[in-house]
Amino acid sequence: MALLTVHEALMDAWRTFKGDKWKKEIDVRDFILNNVTVYTGDESFLQGPTEATKKLWEQVMELSKLERERGGVLNMDTEIVSTITSHGPGYLNKELEKVVGFQTDEPFKRALMPFGGIRMAEQACEAYGYEVSDEVKKIFTQYRKTHNQGVFDVYTDEMKAARKAGIITGLPDAYGRGRIIGDYRRVALYGVDRLIEEKKKDLRNTGARTMSEDIIRLREELAEQIRALQELKEMAASYGYDISKPARNAHEAFQWLYFAYLAAIKEQNGAAMSLGRVSTFLDIYIERDLQEGTLTEREAQELVDHFVMKLRLVKFARTPEYNELFSGDPTWVTESIGGVAIDGRPLVTKNSFRFLHTLDNLGPAPEPNLTVLWSTQLPEAFKKYCAKMSIQTSSIQYENDDLMRPEFGDDYGIACCVSAMRIGKQMQFFGARANLAKALLYAINGGVDEKLKVQIGPEFAPITSEYLDYDEVMRKFDNVMEWLAELYINTLNVIHYMHDKYCYERIEMALHDTHILRTMATGIAGLSVVADSLSAIKYAKVKTIRDENGLAVDFEIEGDFPKYGNNDDRVDAIAVDIVERFMTKLRKHKTYRDSKHTTSILTITSNVVYGKKTGNTPDGRRAGEPFAPGANPLHGRDTKGALASLSSVAKLPYEYALDGISNTFSIVPKALGKDEATRIQNLVAILDGYAQKRGHHLNVNVFNRDTLLDAMEHPEKYPQLTIRVSGYAVNFIKLTREQQIDVINRTFHETM
Amino acid sequence: MNGFIHSIESCGTVDGPGIRYVIFTQGCLLRCQYCHNADTWEIGKGKQMSVDEVIADAKTYLPFMQASGGGITVSGGEPLLQIDFLIELFRRCKQLGIHTTIDSSGGCYTTEASFQKKLNELLQYTDLILLDLKHIDEKKHRKLTGKTNEHILAFARLLSERDVPVWIRHVLVPTVTDDEEDLHRLADFIRTLHNVEKIEVLPYHQLGVYKWKALGLTYPLEGIPTPSEELVEKAREILGAK
Repeated sequence: MALLTVHEALMDAWRTFKGDKWKKEIDVRDFILNNVTVYTGDESFLQGPTEATKKLWEQVMELSKLERERGGVLNMDTEIVSTITSHGPGYLNKELEKVVGFQTDEPFKRALMPFGGIRMAEQACEAYGYEVSDEVKKIFTQYRKTHNQGVFDVYTDEMKAARKAGIITGLPDAYGRGRIIGDYRRVALYGVDRLIEEKKKDLRNTGARTMSEDIIRLREELAEQIRALQELKEMAASYGYDISKPARNAHEAFQWLYFAYLAAIKEQNGAAMSLGRVSTFLDIYIERDLQEGTLTEREAQELVDHFVMKLRLVKFARTPEYNELFSGDPTWVTESIGGVAIDGRPLVTKNSFRFLHTLDNLGPAPEPNLTVLWSTQLPEAFKKYCAKMSIQTSSIQYENDDLMRPEFGDDYGIACCVSAMRIGKQMQFFGARANLAKALLYAINGGVDEKLKVQIGPEFAPITSEYLDYDEVMRKFDNVMEWLAELYINTLNVIHYMHDKYCYERIEMALHDTHILRTMATGIAGLSVVADSLSAIKYAKVKTIRDENGLAVDFEIEGDFPKYGNNDDRVDAIAVDIVERFMTKLRKHKTYRDSKHTTSILTITSNVVYGKKTGNTPDGRRAGEPFAPGANPLHGRDTKGALASLSSVAKLPYEYALDGISNTFSIVPKALGKDEATRIQNLVAILDGYAQKRGHHLNVNVFNRDTLLDAMEHPEKYPQLTIRVSGYAVNFIKLTREQQIDVINRTFHETM
Repeated sequence: MNGFIHSIESCGTVDGPGIRYVIFTQGCLLRCQYCHNADTWEIGKGKQMSVDEVIADAKTYLPFMQASGGGITVSGGEPLLQIDFLIELFRRCKQLGIHTTIDSSGGCYTTEASFQKKLNELLQYTDLILLDLKHIDEKKHRKLTGKTNEHILAFARLLSERDVPVWIRHVLVPTVTDDEEDLHRLADFIRTLHNVEKIEVLPYHQLGVYKWKALGLTYPLEGIPTPSEELVEKAREILGAK
């Protein structure tokens, strides 16, 4: 190979691939559309695990058990600060692994990542009985500023107060923001050298004339990106691979792509480190190898299994507070599968099946976060296979491709849970969420926090009447939202300015176009509580109960009122209105780097923490009780069955919540139908129907509550029990007891 | 036209083909000992809903019905007690192309001319009837439900003559409806019908017992267990359940 010229290497790697545009410029989408082999058949071609796969997975299960026994962490690095090249190679079993590479020099050893914040890194270690070395502490307190420090240098008193009260919370001001998807496929398709060449070209073409602040920043970023790409090559070389040239076969394509992703997770401890949309891309390499007779189906599945095994072993050091927000050690290695091309062809390949089949070969698992881009136009056999695997494993989430395609084209991926973005062309500034349920209480109490009993919002006249008047509450609530929207955007501007400055995602951004679309991704928590509260005020009578200072601390409801989750327009329209209103207010404010405003209705598992921080609400929810997750109705309030519940959520306008609308759907097997074939057919119909009704996202859980109760008591019996929560899946036994109870209390749709 | 409605389930998967919008009507003449919806017995209670309201609500589920090959099922209670409401509702459903099913025990069937005339009209708009045959033995039927089964069997024969598709259902209660000889007799009867598309054996369960208690009633089958898999399998075999 050494004697080949760059051109010859390209010709060799691309030997049978069709299309021209993608050869001239970086355009993975064009490559896929020119070379994809759509598969409309069923799953009968799939192969079981090889001996090597079984052996490796056994080893993983052993290590997982050990990790659990040691309180959730097996080993932590306390000396070496993680960078792309910080650690020598690490293996499970070098002889058996088809895809190699770990974040540190051994599996399950968590890396030290202080750039987001040294305190966070220290606390993460302390929580598991480790201590960051004095030298690293010294460097990151005396010599090297972190993202966290930068943010707190700039935060205003008002921002700090809002954060403390929890009206804006979960902010990525002390941890990596994540939710950026590098186009890791580029490394496999083009090789690193070509990518460096393109970035150098962009650098030359940037800022020839006015050296303004944004040009200076971009030039510095490009220089960092180029450096990161060089480090990526170096890291791969330490494993014995030269990835400067494109991958020549499937094995190399998997390995090249994985190295690129590995570099990202060595450099960043982002809240969500999503993978993108790789399965159909990789299928093109597998198909060619199968055609050329250099790979068998069994070997192809083995590659997928080993690749997925690596994705399951992504680990970060995180603090207990972080785990409270995002419970169960999630990493959001989200992989988007399926979808339909703009030309109408489904982008389902055999590899779409192979990825889902890992749930059989390796058993269920929360990661990678398998996300099917659902369209009513997907091939029937694939739909059925998805439904079958959902019923069997509760490990898949679905997002409406028919809804997203017009917005994001046909080469977008999902970051984290529900955030769609064009791969390599778009990134987001993750903004956690604003607690609108609390905002409603501020409207009633004149900006005084009902828990802290101090003025947090602007001081305006509280509502003093005994019974709440809908119009008065709405007027004041509107004002509070106005204030909150401004404060929220300003706070995010601070965070992302500092994240770019002190904790820049070099390799991930190197795998983006130089000029990209950025979104400012805000979020809403407590939507169903707000909708039900306003409905109670409007349709029943809500009496305030006040403490000695006149603060409304509790509410008495007289009469009945329509509740969100029953497909009742009277209350569903309130929920829709709140989303539109808040989004409209957010749009009024200037964003950092002129990013586009978006919002999500997604809480992840933080619905429990938000609930804890919020007092009694006018819908009858007690202080401290969890909110519903994401856009879900509050548990137990949806009484007209599963489809009524889905229909309410589907009314929320995606155009106003382009960062995603999360819905978690749990149903007992019997309620789906009497036998497996009927269950599959009905689940497919539910997904098709939900897609047609413009619902966005659906987590599907199919099991009996008893299973979960048993798993709480006997975790050792359920090492792989996986359940979908808001936007991701978790290993049930890794949830805190509080979270487990919250999951169990949620509505499980059952009919008789 | 208003109906007396007990409740609505938007995602029924066991009462007819596909996913069903199930309307549980209020009111029944039978008093089956194993009834799991005892709260639907009393006539004239429940929520009044107009056909317009029901149709407007049901229509929102069309995507799910179409994707699953489902439709609307009216259960109860005894739907035929509100036959005027049913006629109007189903007529509108057929205009919308919605598959219609009645889940009935035929408990209020009569040969009286006015009922027959209405039934005639209703059957024009009805795609499927889930017919509960609770017991083939007249005496035991009387004991179990408080009524004779003669008119119910007559209803079954009429549906056969009219060629209305029917799924026969039989709730299997240990010691009450599981006698092998009775099951054979039931099977013989079913064989005389020409319109049976499916036969379902529904294992008795106690999920509705709490409703009896809430209504201040004594549950007559206290202590009777759900049937074993074998018992259910045996009954399926005898009845030729498909």
